[in-house]
Amino acid sequence: MSGLSMPEPDRGVIARRDDIIAAMRAILPAANIVAEPVDMRVYETDGLTAYRQMPFLVVLPETTAEVAAILSYCHANGVKVVPRGAGTSLSGGALPVADGILISMMKFNRVLDIDFDDRVVVAQPGVTNLAITQAVEHAGFYYAPDPSSQIACSIGGNVAENSGGVHCLKYGLTVNNVLGIEMVLMTGEVVRLGGPHLDADGYDLLAVMTGSEGLLGIITEVTVRILQKPETARAVLVGFPTNEDGGRCVADIIAAGIIPAGIEMMDGLAIQAAEDFVHAGYPLDVEALLIVELDGPEAEVDHLLARVEEIARKNAATSVRVSQSEDERLTFWAGRKAAFPAVGRISPDYYCMDGTIPRHQLPKVLAAMREMSAEYGLRVANVFHAGDGNLHPLILYDANIPGEIERAEAFGADILKLCVEVGGVLTGEHGVGVEKRDLMPEMFSEVDLAHQMRVKCAFDEKQLLNPGKMFPVLHRCAELGRMHVSGGKLPFPDIPRF
Amino acid sequence: MGETFRPEDEAGVVEAIAWAAAESRPLELLGNGTKRAIGRPLQVDHVLDLSGLSGITLYEPEELVLSARAGTALAEIEAALDENGQQLAFEPPDYGPLLGGAADGATIGGIVAANLSGSRRLTAGATRDHLLGINAVSGRGEAFKSGGRVMKNVTGYDLSRGLAGSWGTLAALTEVTLKVLPRPETEISVALIGLGDPAWPRAMSAALGSSFEVSAAAHLPADIVPETALADINAAVTLFRIEGFGPSVDYRAEKLRELVGADGTVEVFARDRSRAVWRDIRNVAPFCRNPETAVWRISTSPKHAGRFVGSLQAEGDFRAFYDWGGGLVWLETVAERDAGEAIIRRALDAIGGHATLIRAPATLRAAIPVFQPQPPALAALTERFRHQFDPHRILNPGRMHGGGGA
Repeated sequence: MSGLSMPEPDRGVIARRDDIIAAMRAILPAANIVAEPVDMRVYETDGLTAYRQMPFLVVLPETTAEVAAILSYCHANGVKVVPRGAGTSLSGGALPVADGILISMMKFNRVLDIDFDDRVVVAQPGVTNLAITQAVEHAGFYYAPDPSSQIACSIGGNVAENSGGVHCLKYGLTVNNVLGIEMVLMTGEVVRLGGPHLDADGYDLLAVMTGSEGLLGIITEVTVRILQKPETARAVLVGFPTNEDGGRCVADIIAAGIIPAGIEMMDGLAIQAAEDFVHAGYPLDVEALLIVELDGPEAEVDHLLARVEEIARKNAATSVRVSQSEDERLTFWAGRKAAFPAVGRISPDYYCMDGTIPRHQLPKVLAAMREMSAEYGLRVANVFHAGDGNLHPLILYDANIPGEIERAEAFGADILKLCVEVGGVLTGEHGVGVEKRDLMPEMFSEVDLAHQMRVKCAFDEKQLLNPGKMFPVLHRCAELGRMHVSGGKLPFPDIPRF
Repeated sequence: MGETFRPEDEAGVVEAIAWAAAESRPLELLGNGTKRAIGRPLQVDHVLDLSGLSGITLYEPEELVLSARAGTALAEIEAALDENGQQLAFEPPDYGPLLGGAADGATIGGIVAANLSGSRRLTAGATRDHLLGINAVSGRGEAFKSGGRVMKNVTGYDLSRGLAGSWGTLAALTEVTLKVLPRPETEISVALIGLGDPAWPRAMSAALGSSFEVSAAAHLPADIVPETALADINAAVTLFRIEGFGPSVDYRAEKLRELVGADGTVEVFARDRSRAVWRDIRNVAPFCRNPETAVWRISTSPKHAGRFVGSLQAEGDFRAFYDWGGGLVWLETVAERDAGEAIIRRALDAIGGHATLIRAPATLRAAIPVFQPQPPALAALTERFRHQFDPHRILNPGRMHGGGGA
């Protein structure tokens, strides 16, 4: 995409590449070191494909001891490190740096323990999200967070990004479902946080690690809780003439004391694209479509479906369809789950945003987005995790038309600024990465950011882990330590951005 | 004794802490002080009383969000939620009476700073799981914020949860924002009478591994039951709470009876009796009677909990009961020598988990580690983390760990 500035590569490190490869050979089998450009190409980008950077070197350790030895070496020799799971990040979290070793964790691919008595699974970080569910579903259990990339994304990456999914309102994000981790610090020290018991002891460093985007440590083991599958799940598909009606319906459902397993909303363009793609039977004469899923015992689901239907009709719903079979429920979801590729069919490229807003601000945000859409001359389709206010506007553009990519980026930045302005946040589940890094000051003051960056100093004082991500401005830890604010102004407002 | 600062806004908190940092004068951070007797005794002259930061600042029931200044009484928040049919799902406990004080004194800031959760923690998560955002003043005398007011937010490090359970050693909370949830329409408890070990842990596994959405699960041995609302039952009680909409609760309670009731006598407690006994469990009522004893709070692997307690009882005088499906063990013992610290921690080493000395005389709390000691690499990381927030070591210094740390 447009020019992304990354930390200046360390020429000294680049010049020592052969020595560094030799050092890695002393730690790892030759087969687990990837040094040829042709072989490294698959690692040059992640799910945010607009940014690419050939890694300096790729290594694939298989044990915690190997990770510790690699990090210990890099710490001693001032070599940067970028951790990578399955590479599905939508914010460039695993984007390589020109002078840093990319550590792929995908050889950590074993489920280590399944404990149905304590209802926990211990897995290595490269195990996919879906594989955890697959390992326990024979006994009726599942792992609740379900990011849409769950077939590919790794559990270690889920922890690093605090991944969500469509069932978060009822079942929580990754942070609410992880009980413990083992990790390696940049120094090579191995630390365990939490375990099969509830609540880690001491400071909640487990929560600090969750969503830390690979900047604080490398996760080598994850303990998650698993749940018994609900007896039944049914979905209802509701169409509304306006977004306001749909938004009010969601508020009324929640105000009635009902927490659905999922509530998804789509706008006109998203409905049209999804229907054309998967033929889910979505109504096309509506401005907003809601999918409300209820799960639990049958008696409860029936009881609540009737109430949801009543609330929907009171809010001017023009069509209400309750799934009559498991197949039909899955069909309702098929359109929503295929919304991104469906939009991909109607536009050469699209750019997926990820703000969260207070739900009642939805009409205002959608109206403003329509104006921006006209202003930028780019279409936008919206899918919305309506229960928790997480909005995914998809900006349609064509990378082959000069200037359009920059316009899409500017449009996206405006949307995120608007999210913050109405009381929301820059990112609900995709992470800051490189993508939203430079927007952080929209949400946080310099003092807020300094408190975050000092956490980085506690974990990685030399700032070697995943550099160039999350924070817009580089400060040395010694400088952060003595930084003093007077009159709301930091003494160094003009430190160059990298 | 030095001064007590009682600011009424964030600027006042900044001023007090900036002064303390400049002068290297340590502060004791307080809400209403109901949990003041937890942790290592402090060596400080000055008190920063945050109870003047009071009031609910935002409550949008249909958005499931509430913000309040840190010194707001928990009772005030719960009353506001109750009016709208909502609640704090983590069921904050009241340790006032357990610690020899009055009931109903806790502030929301204190609950967050201690990350204390009640019986529903098992299924609904802890206080920290419902924490969406904070405003705070660090030991640098700087006001900062983290998180926000929305449910889903991964913007930056999660400092909000990082402060939960830090017992005022990193920053003074000035405002917290929490996710709130609908209050269940009704509840029932299914009780299995007279189960011993290993029958009760087996029943727990079966019930909690079922799809009947048990919201809380506790085991009260026979010597504990008389000190609860179930005093008329003359045997051990294994208790499962089912909450939700009426028809669903009836259905699930019946299914649960079929699943776990085969082993012995089953009783079903209707709403009021169910509420009364869970209040006793949450607030540790069985150990409130004798304030002279030491009380430990232990989080461990549920399946090992029964044997863990058995091994302790073989070596010393311990009374115990279990919440969180067995994973939260409450232990009462004599407040002498090390109050069993050595054997508790040794037994815990083998099965994992952590033990906190919740009630003991100050001399004992000064003599033995109150919180779980950490392995060297984690202890060093903890200290570096603490140092970044409070480099002058002025906020509740030494309350969690000795040796110059937090």
